Amino acid sequence: MYQYDQIDQALVDQRVAQYRDQTQRYLAGQLSEDDFRALRLRNGLYIQKHAPMLRISIPYGLLRPDQVRMLGRIAREYDKGYGHFSTRQNMQFNWPKLELVPDILALLATVQLHGIQTSGNCIRNVTADHLAGVAADELEDPRPWCEYVRQWATLHPEFSYLPRKFKIAVTGSPADRAASRVHDVGLHLVKNEQGEVGFEVLVGGGLGRAPMIGHVIREFLPKQDLLAYLEAILRVYNLEGRRDNIHKARIKILVKAIGPEKFRELVEEEFAAAKDTAPVFDAAGFERIKSYFAPKAYETLQDQDVVSGKPQEFRNWFQYNTRKHKVAGYRAVFLSLKSPKRPPGDITADELDHVAALAEQYSLGEIRSTHDQNVVFAHVKQSDLFALWQQLKLHDLATANIGTLTDMICCPGGDFCALANARSIPLAEQINERFDSLDYLYDLGEIQLKMSGCMNGCGHHSVGHIGVLGVDKDGEEWYQITLGGSTGGHDASLGKVIGPSVAHDDVAETIERIISVFVEHRQEEERFLDTFRRIGVAPFKAKVYAPANQAA
Amino acid sequence: MRQLIKQREVVVDEWRYADEDPVGRERALILPFARWKAEREQWWLWDGRLGVRLGVTDKVDELKNDFTRIGLVALEFGGIGEGRGYSQAALLRTRYKFTGELRAVGKIQRDQLFYMARCGFDSFELPEGADLKVALTAFDDFSVAYQGAFDAAGVHVERRAVAG
Repeated sequence: MYQYDQIDQALVDQRVAQYRDQTQRYLAGQLSEDDFRALRLRNGLYIQKHAPMLRISIPYGLLRPDQVRMLGRIAREYDKGYGHFSTRQNMQFNWPKLELVPDILALLATVQLHGIQTSGNCIRNVTADHLAGVAADELEDPRPWCEYVRQWATLHPEFSYLPRKFKIAVTGSPADRAASRVHDVGLHLVKNEQGEVGFEVLVGGGLGRAPMIGHVIREFLPKQDLLAYLEAILRVYNLEGRRDNIHKARIKILVKAIGPEKFRELVEEEFAAAKDTAPVFDAAGFERIKSYFAPKAYETLQDQDVVSGKPQEFRNWFQYNTRKHKVAGYRAVFLSLKSPKRPPGDITADELDHVAALAEQYSLGEIRSTHDQNVVFAHVKQSDLFALWQQLKLHDLATANIGTLTDMICCPGGDFCALANARSIPLAEQINERFDSLDYLYDLGEIQLKMSGCMNGCGHHSVGHIGVLGVDKDGEEWYQITLGGSTGGHDASLGKVIGPSVAHDDVAETIERIISVFVEHRQEEERFLDTFRRIGVAPFKAKVYAPANQAA
Repeated sequence: MRQLIKQREVVVDEWRYADEDPVGRERALILPFARWKAEREQWWLWDGRLGVRLGVTDKVDELKNDFTRIGLVALEFGGIGEGRGYSQAALLRTRYKFTGELRAVGKIQRDQLFYMARCGFDSFELPEGADLKVALTAFDDFSVAYQGAFDAAGVHVERRAVAG
């Protein structure tokens, strides 16, 4: 993975010093609440319900063992012993003390971690496919491009005070495991008719209020024009995006207001006008970055039968929690952070230490976080799978539910977040209790359940096959249910609301009813999403709102 | 006498805004953009130095034929979250090759100065009461940068270069 040189390290160290000074001026009363807010947010610090929340950047989800151990140390010494993986592949701590955050950041900087641009109205952490570099369906590894974009976006002087946050995802595979179609900018590595690899550029996707699927504004962008084109998009947005209303400030609103075609024209005009002054492709710099993502030193192995004679529990885990690797003899392994015992995405300090040690032993010293809040060991020898599984079981990291209903995305919700209308973690508990049979989950096949505690949509509810959104009705928690959302590849879609919101205690029951309609209408091994698309919302609506379940 | 930061030094402002009380025979006046547009021909012939003050929604390309006459452009900032001025400045310096004084004015504060300087601003009119000596240290917040940009002296700095 990418290694810092002295320029990278100097920048992070100097950011710590700058932030320490800003914190001291705030504590001394020299910076107003509002001014400090704008400064602390862009360094990842929110003020939450109980305490500040600090979000640590994990660029495109890639971590070294020493970094994971440092996250564990921060959790232990500055938090209540755990952290939370977010849907931007980042890590969040819920209990740091505001005045100690500079110390935390100084510790993180020693292992090349930071909170730069993890919040605020700036370019956020660039995300990628969590199977980048190992997926068999990949055209090219997106991570060198992520790093190239990350560097350009870091403390960009022109684009640090945008109308609103700005999220970029890069993917090198048609399967789109990075949800790139619901990003402000999605970049897809594609091949043109001449066989050259470049980018398809999408703009104006997004979740939260007014969720939208991005529009293609450039079908093929030569690689060397990437930063110049991004600058054109950002400049148009920075000058033309709305700043009068925070809920209408994302680029998707601008794209919708003037239309994707007009937006494309503005970008192409700006791109052409800036061609002599825009960033020039730094071929040597890019090659340096790329060299850090060269294929690992894999052993020459054969694919082998790893399940014969093994317990059913292991076979299930193999089927659900491991994926094909493009190198023979290896698998990519998911560590599920969705066991019934934990809030989705949470991990304790001790578990972080175990994960670091296991990655060293079994996955060539590399750890990945995923946008659906799990951890991936991307390079596990097939001959090690059984031993690894036994170890993971000891630490509650082997729940064999990846891709099933209980592998749900869930924001911290009203238990922690000051923005939330409703809690989301208790829903996860409720659903885990209701759907406690793994065999039943396996029968149901792939179902993506995504839950957010408010419209801001950190839990990606709009693109869940089943989406749950917390709403506030006169101080009570209610939940709106959507069906048919999807982030996957070319069939990305937004969920449709099925009807009136349901009460907190009825959420699991409602989901069970939805599942029963699916089971009734399912053809063969059809996915939930495909059944829904075939039969439409009506049968689900009829069942959910049948008399016995009418909300009081 | 108004003080401001110019070329990384605290100096007395030699410019006055057209709507400020006249003290006599001003030789350097900053006009509101609307007034410049309305009275352009008349001011063009005036024998003093001229500057123009733009708001956040004003289009800098409307000035593209005026740079032989205009020696200063002041760009307004409404608060720390206001970011349009950075793009306006970048356009003035890169697209229109404006070489005069580029001033940030309004609700600006120390923490914005590093970014502003890298977008081409070379003067900074902080609100009254701001400690300009302390603000001067902002230019040294970072010694490195990932982007090519125009530094305070209008010199292009390469990407990943250690800023001078």
